[in-house]
Amino acid sequence: MEEKLTLFKNRKRFGIEKNIDIIFKNTALVLSSFVAIILLGIILVVFFQSFESFSRYGLKFLVTSEWNPVKDEYGAFTAIYGTLVTSFLSLLITIPLGVGTAIFITEDFVPKVFREIIGSFVELLAAIPSVVLGLWAIFVMEPFFRAFFVFLHNFFGWIPLFSTEPTGRNTLLAILILVVMLLPIVTSIARDSLNQVPKKLRNAAYGIGASRWKTIFSVILPAALSGIMAGVLLALGRAMGETMAVTMIIGNSNAFSWSLLSPGYTISSMLANQFGEADGSQVSSLFYAAFVLMILSLVVNIFAQWLVKKFSLKY
Amino acid sequence: MNSLYYQKRLSRNIGDKFFTSLSVICALIAILPLIFLVTYILIKGGSQITPELFTLEPNPPGDDLDAGGINPALIGTLIITTIASIIAIPVGVGGGIYLAEYSKGGAFSRFIRFGVNVLAGVPSIIAGVFIYALIVSTKILFGSMYSGLAGGMALSILMLPTVIKTTDEGLKMVPNELRYASLGVGASMYTTILKVTLPSAFRSIATGVVLGIARAAGETAPLIFTALFSYYYIVGFEDLFYEMGSLAVLIYNFALEPYDAQNKLAWAASFILVLSILSVNIFSRILAAFTEKTKRV
Repeated sequence: MEEKLTLFKNRKRFGIEKNIDIIFKNTALVLSSFVAIILLGIILVVFFQSFESFSRYGLKFLVTSEWNPVKDEYGAFTAIYGTLVTSFLSLLITIPLGVGTAIFITEDFVPKVFREIIGSFVELLAAIPSVVLGLWAIFVMEPFFRAFFVFLHNFFGWIPLFSTEPTGRNTLLAILILVVMLLPIVTSIARDSLNQVPKKLRNAAYGIGASRWKTIFSVILPAALSGIMAGVLLALGRAMGETMAVTMIIGNSNAFSWSLLSPGYTISSMLANQFGEADGSQVSSLFYAAFVLMILSLVVNIFAQWLVKKFSLKY
Repeated sequence: MNSLYYQKRLSRNIGDKFFTSLSVICALIAILPLIFLVTYILIKGGSQITPELFTLEPNPPGDDLDAGGINPALIGTLIITTIASIIAIPVGVGGGIYLAEYSKGGAFSRFIRFGVNVLAGVPSIIAGVFIYALIVSTKILFGSMYSGLAGGMALSILMLPTVIKTTDEGLKMVPNELRYASLGVGASMYTTILKVTLPSAFRSIATGVVLGIARAAGETAPLIFTALFSYYYIVGFEDLFYEMGSLAVLIYNFALEPYDAQNKLAWAASFILVLSILSVNIFSRILAAFTEKTKRV
C-alpha cells in the first residue's frame, strides 16, 4: 500500500484530512496494542500480588496441602491436584464421545437435515452459562447419580479412587459436569476439522477398496488429527479454568483425598470461594494459586496454537 | 462371481457395522443428556415465572416463604453487560481495524493476533482476580470498592478477544477490489475504512459481537468479587459505584441456599438467562445463514 500511495504525492489533500488519516491509523494502533497491555498487565499484577506468598513458601506451596488461615499456613496441592485430575479425567471421557459424535455428524449415516440439526444443537449448548449447568448439577445430576456412586463404592471400594463413602457433592460429579461442558467444544471443533479433509482423499481410499471405517481410521482421522488435537487442548484449557459449575458441585473441601467420591477443590473453585472474604497473607496465597492456574492455562493454550501452526493441513 | 456381492460375514463388514453402531451410541450418549438438560431448565424454570418476578426485589434468604423477584439482578445484568460492551466494542473494533487494514503481517501484528488467542484462553476467574487487584482493592474508582463498574470492566476483558477476532476476520473477507476502487477515486484510508470496508463487513462483525455479548451476559466468575451482589433496586446513576446484583451471581448465590424459595428463584433466573442467550444465538445463526444465501445468488 505504501508504494502505491507515494505515486500520488503531488495530489493536494487538505491538511486536516491528512491529519485525520494519521490520527485514525494511530488510534487503531493504540487500540490494538491494548490486548498486549491487558495480557501483560494480568500476568504482572497477579505475579506481584503473589510475591509475598511466593517468597515465603517458594515451590513448597505446590506440594503441601495444608490451607489454614488460622495458623497462616498455605499450600495449594489439593487444589492443584483437583484441577489436574478433574480436567484430565473429564477430557478422557469427552474425547471418544465427542470425536465419535463428530464422525456421526460428518458421515452420511442419517440424512443431512438431521445431521445439521444435531450439529447446531450441540453448538448451541456451548452457549449455556456454566452457572446454570452448576444449578442443574446440584438439583438433578447429584440425586440421579447417588445410587450409582454407592454402588461404585460398595463394589470397587478397594480401588483408592472410590475408597470413600459418597456423601453428596464430590469430585466425580465435577468431572461429569465438565464432560457436559466440554462435549460441545470438542464435538464442534472435531466436526469442523473432519469437514475440512478434502473429498478426494476419501474418494481415493474408497477407490482402492477400503471400507468406510478403514477410510476413517487410516485416512480421514489422521488428516484431521491436528485440528482435533488443538480442539482437545482448547477444551483442556477451558476445563482447567472452569469455575462456576465445578465450584457448585465439587464440595469445596481442602482435605486431600485420592478418592473421586470425596469432596475436593480446584484452584478456580478455591478462588471463587475464598477471594471475597480473604485478608492478609491469605490473599497473597490466593494470588499465588491464581498465578499457577494462569501459567497452566497459558502453557496449554500456547501449545495448542503452536500445534495448529505446525501441523495444519497442507493439501 | 460371489465376490461381487456384499458379504455380511466378511470381517471388514462386521468391523464396519461395529464401529458404525459405536459412533451412533456415542452420538446418543452425547446428545440425550444435553436435550434433557435444556428441556429441564426450560420447564423447571418456566414454571416459576410470574409477573411479580420482574418487579420485586429478592428477599434475603431466611425462613420467609416468599423469595420476591429478580428485578435488581435483571437490570444489573443489563447495566454490567452494557458497560462491558461500551469498553470492549470500540477497543476491539479499533484493534481489529488495525490488524485487518493497516498491519502488513509483521512481527507486531503477529504478536497481537497471538495475544488475542491467548487472552481468549485466560480463565474467566483470572479476569476477576485482575480487576480485583487493580480496581477493587485499590479503591481507585472514587473510593468505591465492589461496584457494577468494576464488574463491567472484568467482563470487557472477556469480550475483547471475541470482538477483535470477528472484526479482523470480517474485514479480511471484504474483497480487495473495493479498497482499490475507493483509494483509486482518491478517498483517504480512513474514509475507505469507515465508508466502504466497515459497512460491507458490518453484518458479520455485528453477529460476532452480539454472540460475544450474549456469552458475557452469562459469565459469573469475573463478577463474584468485582460486582458482588445486591438485594436492592437500582435507582440512580450513583448505584454504579456500589455492589450490583446480576442474574448469574443470583443463580450462584441462591442455588447454594438451603431454602426452597431461593432455589426456585435461581431456576427462574436461569430460565430467563438461558432463554435470552439461546434466542440471541438462534436469531444470529438464522441471520448469518440468510445472508450467506443471498450472497450466493
